[in-house]
Amino acid sequence: MQFGFLLEQVVNGLVLGGYYLLIALGLSLIFSVGGVVNLAHGAFYALGAYFSLEITNYLGFGPAMVISPIAVAMLGILFERYILRRFYTADPILSLLVTFGLAMVAEQAIRIIWGASPLPASIPPMFRGSIMIGDFLFSRYRVMLLAVVAVVLLAVWLLLNKTSFGRVVRAGIQRPDMVAALGIRLQPYMTAVVMLGVGMAAMGGAFFAPITIVHPAMGAEIITVAFVVVVIGGLGSFWGVVIAALLVGVVRGITIHFLPAAGEASIYVLMFLVLLVRPRGLLGERIEKFE
Amino acid sequence: MTRFNRRTLLKASAAFAGASTLGFPAISYGQAEKIKIGHLTPLTGFLGALGAYAQLGMRLAVEEINQAGGVMGRQLDVMSEDSVNPATAATKAQRMLEQDGALVLMGETNSASALTIMQVAARNKKLFIQTGARSDALRGKNCNRYTFHTDIPNTVMVNAVGKALLRDNMVKDKKFFGLTADYIFGHDLLAAAKRFFAANQGNLIGDELIATDVTDFSPYLLKIRQAKPDLVCSNLAGNQVTTLIKQYAEFGLPYPIVGFNLNTADAWAAGEGNLAGIWPTVWYHTLDLPASKTFVDNFTKKNGKPPDNHAWIEYIAFKIMAQAMNETKSTDTDTLIGYFEKETQFDILKARKAYFRAWDHQLVQEAYTFSPKPKGQAKDKWDLITLGAAVPNANEPMEVLNPTKEQNPCSL
Repeated sequence: MQFGFLLEQVVNGLVLGGYYLLIALGLSLIFSVGGVVNLAHGAFYALGAYFSLEITNYLGFGPAMVISPIAVAMLGILFERYILRRFYTADPILSLLVTFGLAMVAEQAIRIIWGASPLPASIPPMFRGSIMIGDFLFSRYRVMLLAVVAVVLLAVWLLLNKTSFGRVVRAGIQRPDMVAALGIRLQPYMTAVVMLGVGMAAMGGAFFAPITIVHPAMGAEIITVAFVVVVIGGLGSFWGVVIAALLVGVVRGITIHFLPAAGEASIYVLMFLVLLVRPRGLLGERIEKFE
Repeated sequence: MTRFNRRTLLKASAAFAGASTLGFPAISYGQAEKIKIGHLTPLTGFLGALGAYAQLGMRLAVEEINQAGGVMGRQLDVMSEDSVNPATAATKAQRMLEQDGALVLMGETNSASALTIMQVAARNKKLFIQTGARSDALRGKNCNRYTFHTDIPNTVMVNAVGKALLRDNMVKDKKFFGLTADYIFGHDLLAAAKRFFAANQGNLIGDELIATDVTDFSPYLLKIRQAKPDLVCSNLAGNQVTTLIKQYAEFGLPYPIVGFNLNTADAWAAGEGNLAGIWPTVWYHTLDLPASKTFVDNFTKKNGKPPDNHAWIEYIAFKIMAQAMNETKSTDTDTLIGYFEKETQFDILKARKAYFRAWDHQLVQEAYTFSPKPKGQAKDKWDLITLGAAVPNANEPMEVLNPTKEQNPCSL
């Protein structure tokens, strides 16, 4: 029976990892291509949640889950065009400062527009409750969430690996100078990558709004875990981030099962151990421009 | 493209995490400098929503006091800042007294921060009206002569809900599984809950301590399912309770949930159809009393939303302080302490008047329980709950819910 309980925590951890993945994958992509550590990533996650609540009021849950990430992705274009673009070739500390500043501005803007109090959000009735598969209990909503993550993941993988767009992006990660020498401007690709990245973060925010607290500082809460996932997974690696996100979810679940007090610390211990053994992260590639 | 390596990324993550804990710049509230009051309340973190309401309540009280001519003809000048965390709260409190000329300290919701401010008040021999923190220890083993407490302590919250549970036969021989906030407030609330269960043959079969920044409760919910309790009991704090309520509803576990602490603002944030169970409260805006209704109307007119219990408590605390200064014609610490220790009665917008108990400085007052309204009965999004009758009954002394002298080790 003990084993059954443990397995249940493992499976639950995988589901949670799927949600971390939505946020971390975009962060990793933006870093890999642009070399910018986007500390404002959490702000887009928060905006995704707030937008989804507003849209839900008018159009209902389903449309909100689609429109909110798209709306935030549009903001991502402005973000890339008017802010990030100036910092690709600048001292990295400047992009850190500007995105950190933007995170604070966004949080305060949310406070001004929607107030400091958390906003209510509920799961639509059809996704409420849990389902039993064998002896395992799953939240119906999280199973749906996992399915969405799987579809998004597949789509992003196909985009990066099976399209000409993806080839340029991957080449841009490794040898931006060569891409330029071939006469391809990386800038529009970068805009698209930022759109994709912040759109995924917003999607995470929109889908998590009904089961977490929608408040101005929610972005700052999530970004630390997202960074842990990116660092564990390794830069530039799609599957590295996927594995790291699932691993973080599972390790946290197992630790809470055996040693609840260490639950939140466990993911940082995991990061520490991974970095000791593999300083580049689990599947981190050697990226020349970062060495 | 720029050069950037993993070490920079790691440093950046660390810097971000570090900088986040520093919080945001203070919001200062002041007008003509007269009687200066230092006000601290958490505006960020898991209690931030409550602090924001507390600030609104404080502002309404100060506005009314100043419009009515101030205190002894002098205007109140309140400096209000984010207390952030216990260490920052103490530093700010010290600065307010030492450099900014505050005569009195007021505020706080976080029990850990309240404790450090209490120490500053005692060291400086200045009055601290501790408005919103509920840990028994603050008015128990950590009590001091300079601090007065206006919110109900944990023991009162447990006893208020406990009475309702006993009435419904939900304690004796029942198995409880607890979820507890992992800091002084939660530990204290758990201790009060354990005393209640022991006295009434309830069984606490499991308890999990939960850090205040946890946003996913699913592993704990699975542990509850494994333990198969009769009831789940929440000793969580601030927006932790909101997360629990939402995710408990998400998983749809069959065990009824009760809780010994839930603030109105956190209940509102849970969303329709998610709230369940019986909870305690010190005040709710639907309380059917003329004085309370006037306050609710004025607050709503000014802020576009009704007050929560922390807005209310800040409001009455400032009114109590103004009354004390006006009647004693003094801002002197010892004079004010003497006035409160006479067990002077204060109108706190409830049916019965309240007073500070002389031996532990706790404001003795009525409390209430509440349950969610059945679906479709709420008039608006604030009208989520049905308030139970005031406890204790009108014919009982108000002290019965409070810790007795035997239970409370406070010596001033």
